[in-house]
Amino acid sequence: MDLIVALQSSFGELITAGTAAFVLCAIGLAIHFGFTGLLNFGQAAFAAVGAYGYAIAALDFKAPLVLSVLFGLLCAVIFAVLLGIPTLRLRADYLAIVTIAAAQVFKFVATSSAITDPSGNVITGGAEGLSEFGGTFYSLNPVPAGEYQVFGNSLTQDQIWVDIVGWLLVVVCALLTYFLTRSPWGRALKGIREDEDAVRSLGKNVYLYKMQALILGGCMAALGGMVFVINSQTVQPTVWGTNFTFTIWTVLLLGGATTVLGPIAGGVVFFTLFAFIQKVLEGLVAIHWMGSLTIPQVGQIRLILVGLALMLLVIFRPQGLFGNKKETLFNG
Amino acid sequence: MANEIAKGPAAPGVAKVDPILVADGVRREFGGLVAVDVEHLEIPRGKITALIGPNGAGKTTLFNLLTGFDKPNTGKWTFQGRDLAGVPAFKVARIGMVRTFQLTKALSLLTVLDNMRLGAKHQPGESLLRALVRPLWRKREAEITVAAEELLKRFKLDAKSDDFAASLSGGQRKLLEMARALMSKPVLVMLDEPMAGVNPALTQSLLEHIKGLKDDGTTVLFVEHDMHMVRHISDWVIVMAEGRIVAEGPPNEVMKNPAVIDAYLGAHHDSDLGADKIAKEAN
Amino acid sequence: MTRLRSLAGLLLLLGTVFATLLGGTAASPAQAATCAAADPTLPYIVEGTLLNNGETPLKGVQVNLTGNGVDACVLSDENGYFMLTVAKPAKYTVSIETSTLPAGVGVDPADQASQAVDLTVTSDQGVIFPLGKVADTSVSIWAQLADRLFNGLNMGLLLALASIGISLIFGTTGFSNFAHGDMVSLGAMLTWFMTQILGWPILAAGAVAIVAVGASAYLQDAAIWRPLRRRRLGLNQMMIVSIGFSIVFRYLILIFFGGETKDLGSSTEPVAWMAPITTTSTSLIGMGISAVALAGVALFLTKTRIGKATRAVSDNSSLAASTGIDVERIIRIVWILAGLLTGIAGVLWGLRYQANWSTGFDILLLLFAATTLGGLGTSLGTAVGAIIIGLVVETSALVIPTDLTYASALFILILVLLVRPQGILGKKQRLG
Repeated sequence: MDLIVALQSSFGELITAGTAAFVLCAIGLAIHFGFTGLLNFGQAAFAAVGAYGYAIAALDFKAPLVLSVLFGLLCAVIFAVLLGIPTLRLRADYLAIVTIAAAQVFKFVATSSAITDPSGNVITGGAEGLSEFGGTFYSLNPVPAGEYQVFGNSLTQDQIWVDIVGWLLVVVCALLTYFLTRSPWGRALKGIREDEDAVRSLGKNVYLYKMQALILGGCMAALGGMVFVINSQTVQPTVWGTNFTFTIWTVLLLGGATTVLGPIAGGVVFFTLFAFIQKVLEGLVAIHWMGSLTIPQVGQIRLILVGLALMLLVIFRPQGLFGNKKETLFNG
Repeated sequence: MANEIAKGPAAPGVAKVDPILVADGVRREFGGLVAVDVEHLEIPRGKITALIGPNGAGKTTLFNLLTGFDKPNTGKWTFQGRDLAGVPAFKVARIGMVRTFQLTKALSLLTVLDNMRLGAKHQPGESLLRALVRPLWRKREAEITVAAEELLKRFKLDAKSDDFAASLSGGQRKLLEMARALMSKPVLVMLDEPMAGVNPALTQSLLEHIKGLKDDGTTVLFVEHDMHMVRHISDWVIVMAEGRIVAEGPPNEVMKNPAVIDAYLGAHHDSDLGADKIAKEAN
Repeated sequence: MTRLRSLAGLLLLLGTVFATLLGGTAASPAQAATCAAADPTLPYIVEGTLLNNGETPLKGVQVNLTGNGVDACVLSDENGYFMLTVAKPAKYTVSIETSTLPAGVGVDPADQASQAVDLTVTSDQGVIFPLGKVADTSVSIWAQLADRLFNGLNMGLLLALASIGISLIFGTTGFSNFAHGDMVSLGAMLTWFMTQILGWPILAAGAVAIVAVGASAYLQDAAIWRPLRRRRLGLNQMMIVSIGFSIVFRYLILIFFGGETKDLGSSTEPVAWMAPITTTSTSLIGMGISAVALAGVALFLTKTRIGKATRAVSDNSSLAASTGIDVERIIRIVWILAGLLTGIAGVLWGLRYQANWSTGFDILLLLFAATTLGGLGTSLGTAVGAIIIGLVVETSALVIPTDLTYASALFILILVLLVRPQGILGKKQRLG
């Protein structure tokens, strides 16, 4: 098996819009968890709400790109407010429970064929989802038509375009997060993460701050969701499960939750490793070194490794691979 | 002394000459157990008032109720004539009634200076939209920083200002919490056991700080177990037991009150209530 | 305390009633219809897969093909697959024999029960019958309600068994375990393996599965949670670890048992004398077992020394420790007990509803809704909460689409947090 090829194509994976989408979600989660201490176990649902909002606006209302994106963001804001109102006054586990439950229910709702528009079409497309909503986005593509070779991967002009936009959004969100977390507003968030009663006793409206953080991070996840589905050109309910959410968590905790560059570094490391492990395992299966395991089972083993990584990171390196031990997020 | 502060002879619920905080019928139950049941209470303005009582007397619960951190089953109270029942904790703090906690709540992963800055009021950069436009809050931030550094110097924490609060000792955290509470220039400071866990070397300076607050015109209400401290700095003492106020008065009178000795010490009648240990140490 | 005891008595009574009632009824075997297998040599094929709610295969359902002088029928196999063949290209009508569908399952929308196929344009036509739980319009609303309530009680009892474990562990350690649901899947999968692959009788298989899940709970505590408690890991960290562990757990189950939804071989024949309530003898026995198990837990917590110690630890663990209770030992017992109860829930859930590798994770939402509704950390509250959730989820199918009934649990969850976040029987201090 050729390790160099495996490594190279893993690297090719890195620069895709798919990775950018996860990094966007992880930056949003950094605002939730890293800076405010909110345990959001349903980040996938925020991404999905944004993605469906965008797709439905583009397909059903024939909205132009900007309006579709704004509609997706509006859906994420509403979703955040609905989840935040009952939970943000209570102990941290309630947000965790409600977000994980809401993510599950969102999948049911998206899969269900019960919610239809007046002409009888299922608004979310049911189990098959929606597709072909990227027209308004790709029509703006300034990249000349053709095949491009990037790290051994052959990309079309449309793929290049969505990759560029995806990573530009990452840069914008990272800068926004950088400036906000260094402002007095960010100081209040960090204070809430450490001890919300203390911040309350200093006259700050803790509930409002938490809600703002939930909305802001949720909007970033919604942008991530839009990038994800514009890249894949379909939005299907099965994608937005717990695996999606906890891949985001692993990305965030790998890089370090309390830094702005953490999610980006985490995303780079995670997806390189993820693709590389897949290639290596597939190679081992091909030469019958993995017993009776099949290729689909390799994907499952990879998820087991994600789960293990999440556990081990939280236990042994809560500050992330690059974080400073002194700044470890959890100290009781 | 009693005449300066109270309108009548010292008794539970006595009216004050110039009350800053007036509470009526404040009652809080936890699953059938009455934690606080205060019929009438007035806190004198510009004085240092001590709230004492045995463990479980309901002192901290009363603090929580008055500052909006807990909700009573019934009751009303006013601060400077303003009705505070049902007002959320952060608003109580904004109108000038700031508290500290029995278990210190230093914000560990913020620097000491950031802890202090967070205590300040009127920072426009604390709103999400204005936070993005630095010129809107830079000037105020500089003012806040100057004020914070001044207070840190007074509390002898200036050398630590860029360290994480996590690196402070228990006593230093108490000091930081008190200093942070003062950043907003409160009208009434409520200190929940400011001396607990503070080493003797620091207690004296802490006492001086509290006296200094009174000199600046700030009203102080504090919960304390340590009788020596109570006797030394308080102008007025309120005694709670089993959720009720059982006695009130100037410190020397209250300490002699048999009801207090009873409530406070139970069986240990022969114990010394007010030995002037601190004074001796200070000398 | 007295309320706990009276609940125990009530449940015990329920269990006894079920056992007596069942004594007189023997489950009749499913009636075999006379349909020959399709002739594979014929060139024109109509085929399809019958899936309940789009996921659970339906076995033994009769599908008819008529038209052009042909009148054929076939029964779906264990994967829900059916195939009919004809000799000549023509237009035919394919229909599903709704009377052979399991109780409560129907074609929705109903006009899709019979579909036209045109074999003149293709030689192999796939047919999809949209199947799901449907309300039978010929039955009065009260009869439907009675049926839903009864089945809701059934679901609620199973949820109670599974969620009391969450509640006990939360009560004694303060930690919400997000990997709890996966023990339900483990119990169901082990039962499937032993009954369907090894051919063991259900009683033996169920007992072994329950003990195995109990053992797995003990191992989880010993290998992960006890060391983490010793390290004084924060509760939020523990929750994230439990999520990581649940992913590992779930995918291990998937790798070992495969992804298909498993039929544990329970009877689907409705018990006739229970009409209009549709239930099976398996479900009735299951309900009896759950009721007895819940009564057992209530007795354990109120009557035994260890049970009382458990409640003392839940109330105030440092106070309990200072009175000489070995808190770690109590936590260990709680984990084993939680595992055994969840194991029972897993076996019975698998028998009642079928199960796959992610069933437990799918119902985690219901379990947390039950514990929150009842009051996190209170066992009695959790049992009551679980039964309410079961009843609401089942009856909500009368007004909302069947594939959205779990959403009603989220609705309750949010409502409880808005109105009474400490739950029905919880104490306010726990919110702190």
